[in-house]
Amino acid sequence: MEITILFAPLIGALVAGFGWKIIGEAAAQWITTGLLFLAAALSWVVFLTFDGPTEQIQILRFIESGTLSTDWSIRLDRITAIMLIVVTTVSALVHLYSFGYMAHDENFGEDGKYKARFFAYLSFFTFAMLMLVTSDNLVQMFFGWEGVGVASYLLIGFYYRKPSANAAAIKAFVVNRVGDFGFALGIFALFMMTDSIRFDDIFAAAPDLADQTISFLWTDWNAANLIAFLLFIGAMGKSAQLFLHTWLPDAMEGPTPVSALIHAATMVTAGVFLVSRMSPLMEYAPEAMMFVTVIGATTAFFAATVGLVQTDIKRVIAYSTCSQLGYMFVAVGVGMYSAAMFHLFTHAFFKAMLFLGAGSVIHAMHHEQDMNNYGGLRKKIPYTFWAMMIGTLAITGVGIPLTYYGFAGFLSKDAIIESAWAGGSMYGFWLLVVAAAMTSFYSWRLMFMTFYGTPRGNKHTHEHAHESPWTMLVPLGVLALGAIFAGMLWIKPFFGDYKYVAAFYDIPLAEVAADGDTHSDGAEVSHGAAKGDDKGGESHDAFGGQPGEGALYFRPDNTVLGDAHAAPKWVKLSPFIAMVFGFIMAVWFYIWNPTLPGRLAANQQPLYQFLLNKWYFDEIYDVIFVRPIKALGRFLWKRGDGKVIDGTLNGIAMGIIPFFTRLAGKAQSGYIFTYAFAMVIGIAVLITWMTMTGGSK
Amino acid sequence: MIGLEHYLTVAATLFVIGIFGLFLNRKNVIILLMSIELMLLAVNINFVAFSSFLGDLVGQVYTLFVLTVAAAEAAIGLAILVCFFRNRGTIAVEDVNVMKG
Repeated sequence: MEITILFAPLIGALVAGFGWKIIGEAAAQWITTGLLFLAAALSWVVFLTFDGPTEQIQILRFIESGTLSTDWSIRLDRITAIMLIVVTTVSALVHLYSFGYMAHDENFGEDGKYKARFFAYLSFFTFAMLMLVTSDNLVQMFFGWEGVGVASYLLIGFYYRKPSANAAAIKAFVVNRVGDFGFALGIFALFMMTDSIRFDDIFAAAPDLADQTISFLWTDWNAANLIAFLLFIGAMGKSAQLFLHTWLPDAMEGPTPVSALIHAATMVTAGVFLVSRMSPLMEYAPEAMMFVTVIGATTAFFAATVGLVQTDIKRVIAYSTCSQLGYMFVAVGVGMYSAAMFHLFTHAFFKAMLFLGAGSVIHAMHHEQDMNNYGGLRKKIPYTFWAMMIGTLAITGVGIPLTYYGFAGFLSKDAIIESAWAGGSMYGFWLLVVAAAMTSFYSWRLMFMTFYGTPRGNKHTHEHAHESPWTMLVPLGVLALGAIFAGMLWIKPFFGDYKYVAAFYDIPLAEVAADGDTHSDGAEVSHGAAKGDDKGGESHDAFGGQPGEGALYFRPDNTVLGDAHAAPKWVKLSPFIAMVFGFIMAVWFYIWNPTLPGRLAANQQPLYQFLLNKWYFDEIYDVIFVRPIKALGRFLWKRGDGKVIDGTLNGIAMGIIPFFTRLAGKAQSGYIFTYAFAMVIGIAVLITWMTMTGGSK
Repeated sequence: MIGLEHYLTVAATLFVIGIFGLFLNRKNVIILLMSIELMLLAVNINFVAFSSFLGDLVGQVYTLFVLTVAAAEAAIGLAILVCFFRNRGTIAVEDVNVMKG
């Protein structure tokens, strides 16, 4: 069954990609979509019937080279199962959605054949992503990692006639290479230290790594920290964390379904998945984890600030994605991997829905993406409006405080913010709370600018705004269900008490403390309110077991989960308050007083420009990296290649050789006596030489 | 007393005259042929001188062979020369540069 899930998208991609000329475009679309729905259905079966212990399903012998010996196999444990449903569900819905969205495309003219290619790429991406999440060793994961990179490149640059799309595709690829370099170094380092790339061996060796040092860049480092850091560099690139985030907003050049699938729900969360997967190692790398927390929190804050002022609807959501990924990294950084997986899971639903909803708006507005030209679309596209509304409620985190009733984002985001507090990262906690306020602001701003107020922009376009076909609305509806219920249904296994989480991830619980105090075992899951008073108490349960025993590993002294539940009420309320604050600000700015944003922007011109230009990251990188490298490239091209290499060849071929040719040509006078003279001279020299040196001696 | 070295000196002198005749001459192909004859005769003198000096008649026999070959060569050379003159209308050496590279 798992093998079917894995290879159905590949078969779809091959059939659609190479066979569409035989079977036709429509058949190619149906085959890929059908196979994806099959994979999605099977994934849900796997997820719901999976009962704990890690399984390894061998597919083939992969590498046999010296001590490097590994299988190509599926590692099926809880986090793989979670990723399976996330990837296949979103992918299947995006395939369906693309029927409507890609039906007409002015980029390819009337008789352009592009649909089969698009669906083949989507299916190929899904296959690579499944390869990544099911991998049982690091090289296999790297294969999937690069596979999704290629698919991302192909899909961002899908409109290959647009120079901006090509540039964005190259940028995404190149920036990802920077991260992948770190990832590859991490794999090499792990192989050097543990002599294996299999997860089982690496996890078993993780505690030893913490005591070893490794020499890198002329310095001795703690092995666990360095490796965790290098792997995180890879995760930073893929998950668009600060400093390596610049590709993600540009990736919005791709078609909107691609943005929903790759750049919101699945590929960009691969970094979070990687860090969670490597949790046995991360647990022994406290400094690297601190770095993860800081980068995550800073990204969450940074991306949210930029999202406040963007006017391109897709870019707002892209920065929102970037920001939410920062949340997930804060969660893994403080050691609360299950909260990160929870947010990954819920985020996939509501962010994919926001993107698909944005796509629906763009589709309705004839590919207009600037929110300044929207307004008052509520009545024109009601289904899309309600879908977007649910998505916004989910991402801003609407729910009933101190209970477990709320939209998906409410539960998962609060879980992360409480974990950040419990993990002792005040930096992370406060930045995340501020970012939550800004998330609320920019999400509602998007809603208000798009659906409320008076129509702006092209009147003709507004009059012809139309609701999308059913193929686009059905995915929105399904995702809406996820955005509403995913949090409430799965809060306990992801972020409940120790016993639920332990059972979900198959983590053994630690032995009960000697005094037999087990009261928290039976405590009702109520957002920690019941245990609010004995914060820091010694009677918490704790996770036990050896690294690699369950899907995630928590050190016995990692009590973030218990501490998070025991957090004071103000900590639990803070994201809600931030959300309400952001909402009120958005209402004030865009409903009550619509002229205020313009005046504020005029008043705070430097700040506004700073945010509008995304903290000038692109400009800084342009000066620091792009231009010197371009200059170096030009130097090597003009001087190195043009002057030295071509110059050498041309010099030899056109200068030196003709010179000698002319010289030799002069000797060929054609006069017999010249040749005779040469012969005589030759003989004279020969005889002289033989006489002087004694000839045969 | 006239010794071996005198003969050799004469032969060497003749040979060098022949060589110089070969490539200082720019005018006439016939002079080229004459120079070659001269060089062959210089060699013949050497043969005869050594033959007499060593008391071995084989050298003088060889001289007869060389004379025969020289006669044949002169005949063929002159024949070529006649053909050449018929074709080109000149026998000036300076015009014979068909082999120029």
